[in-house]
Amino acid sequence: MSTLVGYVNNITETVTTIFEGMAITFSHFARRPMTIQYPDRIEKPVQETLPLRYRGILEVDLDICTGCLACERVCPITCITIGIEMNKETKQRAFSHFDIDICKCMYCGLCAEICPTGSIRHSQEFEGACYNPAGLVRHFAKEPVPLYKPKKGGETDPKLAMKAEVGLKYLDEFATPEGKAAGAEEG
Amino acid sequence: MQQLLDQLIQEGNFPGVPKEIVYAAAMLLAAFAVLSFFVAPLAGVTSWLERRVWARMQSRVGPNRVGPQGILQWLADGIKNLLKEDIIPAAADKWLFCMAPYVVFVGFLATFVVIPFGSQLIVADLNIGILYLLAVTSLVVVGILMAGWASNNKWSLLGGMRSAAQIVSYEIPAGLAVLTIIFAAGTMSMQGIIKAQGWAPWDWLLFYNPFTFGAFFLYFTAALAEGNRTPFDIPEAESELVAGYVTEYSGMRFLFFFFAEWGNLYVIGAIATTLFLGGWQVPPIPWVTDQPVLLAILQFVVFFVKAYFWVFVAMWVRGTLPRVRVDQLMSLCWKYMVPLSFVCLLGTAGWMVLFPRGNRLASVGMFLVGVAILLQFAKRVRYQIRHARPELYWKPYI
Repeated sequence: MSTLVGYVNNITETVTTIFEGMAITFSHFARRPMTIQYPDRIEKPVQETLPLRYRGILEVDLDICTGCLACERVCPITCITIGIEMNKETKQRAFSHFDIDICKCMYCGLCAEICPTGSIRHSQEFEGACYNPAGLVRHFAKEPVPLYKPKKGGETDPKLAMKAEVGLKYLDEFATPEGKAAGAEEG
Repeated sequence: MQQLLDQLIQEGNFPGVPKEIVYAAAMLLAAFAVLSFFVAPLAGVTSWLERRVWARMQSRVGPNRVGPQGILQWLADGIKNLLKEDIIPAAADKWLFCMAPYVVFVGFLATFVVIPFGSQLIVADLNIGILYLLAVTSLVVVGILMAGWASNNKWSLLGGMRSAAQIVSYEIPAGLAVLTIIFAAGTMSMQGIIKAQGWAPWDWLLFYNPFTFGAFFLYFTAALAEGNRTPFDIPEAESELVAGYVTEYSGMRFLFFFFAEWGNLYVIGAIATTLFLGGWQVPPIPWVTDQPVLLAILQFVVFFVKAYFWVFVAMWVRGTLPRVRVDQLMSLCWKYMVPLSFVCLLGTAGWMVLFPRGNRLASVGMFLVGVAILLQFAKRVRYQIRHARPELYWKPYI
């Protein structure tokens, strides 16, 4: 008798579970697919949708870079090479080159943390595809750029002031664990 | 068709040509037309639609780049496969290896001879139409076994053997379910079975009595198994057999197997429609029945929609159920489906003794049961949508 009950139970279970499963799959027709149709059929570029602390390809704002070489020293794989030359006539120091080899960079973020002005930082850019490894070396100083000297009592040049503020804000949000943005992101 | 040819011969259109050759040429021409203008696009579009439907069920998008919404994806795939190298393994039995795809394909294409698309649109209304169908679809087993054996590959051989075991086993419940309908309709001719039904759902043989209702699901399950469809696709189970009997095939020969598989889906739907769902029967609308062309078109559309719905259901099942094991497959067939189909057969026989002219009340009752099942289904779907609280997106495209 129990065999027969088991047999009938098997049949009912098969039918009801398939019925339920079919209902679940059918309900998926009313759901939005998860797929993001990168790169051409998206509402806005992926770069804009990335979180603030996303570690993309490094970028440097040479206008507020003091040339302290902290990033070059802290970089564990020495992908940053900085050259500073003294101009004999004006006695001003300037960058002769500031290269970051994105090929080598492992996106550890140490350079961005240690930078006193926040001039070196991770951008939201991630599309680094290139036909030649040499093309991945980013040259930031195409021509000699003078070093930035922080003035006492705040920046007076409005353009530079804005840039310095952006750098400090980045430092505040990125390099400080208890930064405002970090807290907001986790919450 | 034959009358038209006879008339053309009588009028002296083919002077000096033997009658038989004219017939043969006409048959080849008809077969070519059916293959290239109906079967090939149908199988192709089915392959694309299956990928789209399946993708939506998995919260993906599916191929949507070639042509509007990707509808020409099958052409791109076909061209790609045509351009690929046709590799024949050195150790393979070359002759059998090359023939196998054609045998499978013939077994599938020959079914189109008896599929009634309309009251006039049928190649040949054989008086043993459904028996012919069961017979020619068995040719597929021969092709699959040939492919499995000739490839000289253990995966292929295992896949071929599994497929043969599966198709031969599932022919029994499928045949018994079909026999139930032959009992109820009293004929084996495809047109005769359709004429035994009406346009209204309660006149369909599906709702003839509770046993034919069960026989329909038995038939559909068995047909899925015969067509090597998921959840019964153990002959080509990727996770265990690479690709089963198609492992060694490449290029166009590979495509022929899948062509047959996707085309076969439509055949399954067409047979289910003919046997259980009233075929091409349309309501007697006065201004349509007077015009033969309009009527034929309407009948074709009705038949096509009904048949294609079951193609969709097959895709849906594929998106829902996981693959069964070999032993589960066999126990499902021999322990459950064969006894149940015997119950359906004997039940219908008994029903016909009790009600020789059918029972209208029972038919309407079964129809209401069917509607109740559909309503319950809609309720469950609604529950799922609400319960998951997804981001709703009703459009069928993206």
